[in-house]
Amino acid sequence: MMRDYLMHLADNALIMGHRLSEWCGHGPILEVDMALANIALDQVGAARSFYQYAAELDGNGATEDTYPYTRDVREFRNILLCELPNGDFADTIARSLFFDAYQFLFYTALQGSSDERLRAIATKSLKEVTYHQRFSSEWTVRLGDGTAESKQKMQKAIDNLWDYTGEMFAPSATEKAMLASGIGVDIASLRSAWEDHIRATLEEATLAYPLRKEGAWFQQGGKTGIHTEYMGFILTELQYLQKSYPGAEW
Amino acid sequence: MLTKDLILDYLEPVTDPEIPVLTLRDLGVLRDVVIHSDTHVEVLITPTYTGCPAMGAMATAIRLELIGHGIPQVQITEVLSPAWTTDWISEEGRRKLNEYGIAPPQYRVADNPGEAAVVPCPQCGSTHTNLLSQFGSTACKALYRCLDCLEPFDYFKCH
Repeated sequence: MMRDYLMHLADNALIMGHRLSEWCGHGPILEVDMALANIALDQVGAARSFYQYAAELDGNGATEDTYPYTRDVREFRNILLCELPNGDFADTIARSLFFDAYQFLFYTALQGSSDERLRAIATKSLKEVTYHQRFSSEWTVRLGDGTAESKQKMQKAIDNLWDYTGEMFAPSATEKAMLASGIGVDIASLRSAWEDHIRATLEEATLAYPLRKEGAWFQQGGKTGIHTEYMGFILTELQYLQKSYPGAEW
Repeated sequence: MLTKDLILDYLEPVTDPEIPVLTLRDLGVLRDVVIHSDTHVEVLITPTYTGCPAMGAMATAIRLELIGHGIPQVQITEVLSPAWTTDWISEEGRRKLNEYGIAPPQYRVADNPGEAAVVPCPQCGSTHTNLLSQFGSTACKALYRCLDCLEPFDYFKCH
């Protein structure tokens, strides 16, 4: 159960980092290009911390590389939001806004875990996510309260990605069990603070907050390995070398 | 007979690969040394940022330095807690950073969480500067510009 939980935390960070790294060399301006690459690096770094922990628990010669490079789509436990394509810059900023706000609250709560190692990783990563959240919130405001075109694109991105936000707060069986054992985070309880941050940011950005009926349906499945078609393409690229030359080192 | 002080002396030449004026001790990355035997030494280091690619280079440099001093078994242990903070950069380190052209962290995180600082230009000392980007050439730095001498510069951000 602990291993499944670690995979969820690590995969969220890895896949988000991988997507953001795709911007490297393509950012709209140099400063943004560097910022996205930096954030990607932080995410991959956090993923490594979780994979290393899992490798120690698993033993049998497992290393941090075993998990990202040798598992197939159905074994990945990241939420669907992380694997969605970058789209245009507004799509990427909307995805980061939603995810950074979640990760900030998540790591804050994880600092109260009964597991010492997870507490250490959470404290370390939280300092970095604080910058990520500032970056994505500021860009949401800049684009939303910018030109007519940037506003329209930002609003569209917020509306399109909204259906993927519910999964963040819907606990899987693993998350329920980890919560009961005192190790995991009560993600359902993070929702109202998350909504407050998003609502305040969208308001400042002069954007509309997406309205859904109580109990509305959200896209989900990533936490149990049911992914979008995009996930296979990510892994094709990410795992190419290890699949072509198993065990290759340099 | 190996002592902790001797090992720390041996490691004095080991610097940050990205900021070669800073030793690992100046940076606060070097946390402790444990002497297990005359042939086995453990060095505890802490990462600055979790994804910092310099960490691997630092670990290799430590290993090579100690092997060069005849210690065959060098164990590098990464500790995450307590989390690294710029508060651990020594006074000497701050002075060297400024001299090198990187503005050092302007306040102690422990005393002053989250407050925006005025960052003086390391070239001309002017406090008339502005932030260009929270994310500079590496994760630990932000990009600033001096509005008087017009030079862009890196700021080692408080973390």
